[in-house]
Parts: sequence; structure tokens; C-alpha cells
Amino acid sequence: MSIEAGKHRPPEHTGQVLVLRDVVRVHGSGDAEVRALDGLTISIAAGEFVAVMGPSGSGKSTLLHLAGGLDTPTSGTVRVEGTDVGALSVSGRAALRRRHIGYVFQDFNLIPTLTAAENVALPRELDGTGRKAARTEAMAALAELEVQDLADRFPDEMSGGQQQRTAIARAIIGKRRLLLADEPTGALDSHTGEAVLEVLRGRADAGSAVVLVTHDARFAAWADRVIFLRDGTVIDTAGVDSAEELLAHSR
Amino acid sequence: MSIKYGLLALLSDADAYGYQLRSRFESATGSVWPLNIGQVYTTLARLDRDGLIEGIGTDGDGRAMYRLTNAGRTELSGWWDTPVAHADRPRDELAIKIALAITTPGVDATAILQTQRRETIRHLQDLTRVKRQSDPDDLSWRLVAESLIFAAEAEVRWLDHCEASLVRHGRTRKTKPGNTSGAADGDSVKDPQATEGTTR
Repeated sequence: MSIEAGKHRPPEHTGQVLVLRDVVRVHGSGDAEVRALDGLTISIAAGEFVAVMGPSGSGKSTLLHLAGGLDTPTSGTVRVEGTDVGALSVSGRAALRRRHIGYVFQDFNLIPTLTAAENVALPRELDGTGRKAARTEAMAALAELEVQDLADRFPDEMSGGQQQRTAIARAIIGKRRLLLADEPTGALDSHTGEAVLEVLRGRADAGSAVVLVTHDARFAAWADRVIFLRDGTVIDTAGVDSAEELLAHSR
Repeated sequence: MSIKYGLLALLSDADAYGYQLRSRFESATGSVWPLNIGQVYTTLARLDRDGLIEGIGTDGDGRAMYRLTNAGRTELSGWWDTPVAHADRPRDELAIKIALAITTPGVDATAILQTQRRETIRHLQDLTRVKRQSDPDDLSWRLVAESLIFAAEAEVRWLDHCEASLVRHGRTRKTKPGNTSGAADGDSVKDPQATEGTTR
């Protein structure tokens, strides 16, 4: 779409946190071949909040998996903070995820046998941070999400909204600047869902790049830019014109 | 929105003059539907003529004050008690436009749907921003904003649905051998496919 092309910035731009260029992802082969992504090019800058909408099978999940380093493209490149994800080994991608990428899921994906603080501290501990330092960082992240009082609770002792806040705290710990959210409001009521959007918006305003996959235009409208996917490609982009205005208003 | 019932509702709370009614209406509804002062005076004159309100002289500054009559009170409670009928709302220009786009040869219905969806999302972004900046304790205004937000959201869903239906319809037509429908009709159906192809 010409709107995308017109706004395209070179991927070398230091402000770009996530850049996908001519990305194709094919699952299966022969008659069973599915082109989940078919030449996708998008870039997302620090401080930018982008929503991705599209019907089932349009490539939304594949896009998030690639951006999150959970998968690699068949062709084309995916760069996170300048690093070519496809060129990394499996363990290299795991390290990239722990240091740069936060993932938020519809069903929270908290580990049920760990407390909120332990869940949040886990990515730091896996990355070699000492237990005590990781706990301090976890408490700061929980405080940022206003759930520090729930630090020693287990997931089943928290409401859906509280669990999602804990999950977002886990996603942002360690100064990670790429936040990927896959239908994070899907399991929440309208008010709680909105509170989660408030948090994501706040992260973008604080300098993170945020990608939100949602079916819900009401939530997508919190983003600076809304991308519509069909059959693995961008068919349209909304909100581009008002991005500067939005920035002006959010100051 | 009927100004008539808006004014009756405001007068049921307190006697007022025209200008006051206008500002009270706008502050209750967040200035979403700005009133022309001329409309207010015309409506007041009509309500007075119909005996639903009455003039009670002028205030200290010479402004004509009105109050609700018993007949007005009855009329107003009838309004509160009756749900808003769909037939009372204005014709939906968008639905008519899309319906005509599909049946008019040479019109790219998919392009129209996409242009509309961009506009509706932009509107939704504006509403969301306004709502975020509003006073959280102002329930009346927040609910008005949310009414517009939910309506815009529903419109985006409907536009998505129209787009998917167009594509499906086009595919069905293409795969059906011996389809002898008119050429004009066929043109408009093929358009979404052609447009989709060029966006790749």
C-alpha cells in the first residue's frame, strides 16, 4: 500500500526497534503449502504503538512469532534492535528474547507455582542476574504496574486484570524496549481491558515500541497506527496522518 | 437527537432561559452535539405554543424564563418510558452508500470500504484520546463518549464483515462455471479481487 511505502524509513535508522523487510514465512510444502506471511514490510520505532488487525489466518500470529524471535522467516529479514533474528542460533534468539523482547499473552502464561515477584524476576534470573538483584528489579516493575502489593501472591490468588499486570511487569523487566501483546484483553472485561491498554499506551509514551494484536477496534484505537493484514500482507494502514498530532497531544 | 425532549428534561430540573438551556445541554453531553441558539429559541416557542412549557416573565437581566407545565411533565415521562425506535433514527448513509457501490458498475466497493475504515479508525482514535483526557468523575460525559466509541467500533466490525463478504462473494462467482449473470453485475463483483491483487 502506498501509505506504507511513503512512510517507510530506512531500517538502519537507530530509532527503529523492530523492522521486518520483505518477510515471507511458508509453512508446509507442495499442496499443503501455506504462505502465512507474503512479503511483509513494516518498521516500528521507539515510542510507537502499533495495532495489528486482521481475520484469523491473516498472519497476525506469525508476525508476532517472528518479531518475538520464536520463529524465523523463510525469506526476508527480521531485525530487533538492529540484530538480524534469522542469523542467530536458537540460544542466541533465546538471549535476544530475554534481553530485548517482552511478550504478553491472552491467557497471561504465568507459572502457577511461582509468586508474582518470582514470575517477573524469572527472565532476569535466566539471564544470569543474581536472585536478590532480580527480585529488586521485579519489585520495581510490579510497582510500575501498581501491583507491588501482590508480589507474594500466586497467580490463582489474583484477578485476571492483576495477572495481566503481573505478566506485563514480566514483559518489561530489564529495560526491554519491544513489547509484543497477543490479544492481551481477550480474557478481560471491558474496564479491565481498558486499564491494560492504558498501561501499554504508557509504555509506548515512555519510549517502548509496542505491537498489539487485537480483534477489537476499540482497543486498536489506542495505537498511533493500525495495520490491517489479509492473507499475509498489509492491505491498509490507518492513523498515520494523526500520528504527529497524537504525539503533540500526549506531551 | 430531539432537542425538544432535551429541553424538557433540563427544564424538569430547574426553570431557565434559552442561553442557559443551551449551555446545560452541551455540558451534559460533552458538546458532542452543539446546539444553535436559534434552534433553542425556535423549539422553546413551539413548546410554549403546545402548552408543554410556559413563560414566567423575565429575570433581572430581562431574559425570558421558562418552566415546565404539567402537560410537559407528562410528555417528558412518556419519553423516558419509551425506548428509542430504530425507525426514528436518520437513514444510514454509509449502509446506503455501500449497497449502491456494490450494485453500481465500475465502482470499487473494496476501496470505499477501506477509505471508510481508515476514517472510522481515525475517529475512534480521536474519541479515545478525548476520553482519556476527560475528567474520570464526569460519568455523564464519559458515557456519551463511550456510546460514540462503541458505535464506531461496531462500524469497523461491519466494514470488516462487508469486505470479507465481498471477497467470498467474488470467489464463489469465479469458481462457478456457467455463471451467466449480467456483465455490469460481474464487474462490480470482480473489483475487490482486482484491488486485492494490486495491493500485494
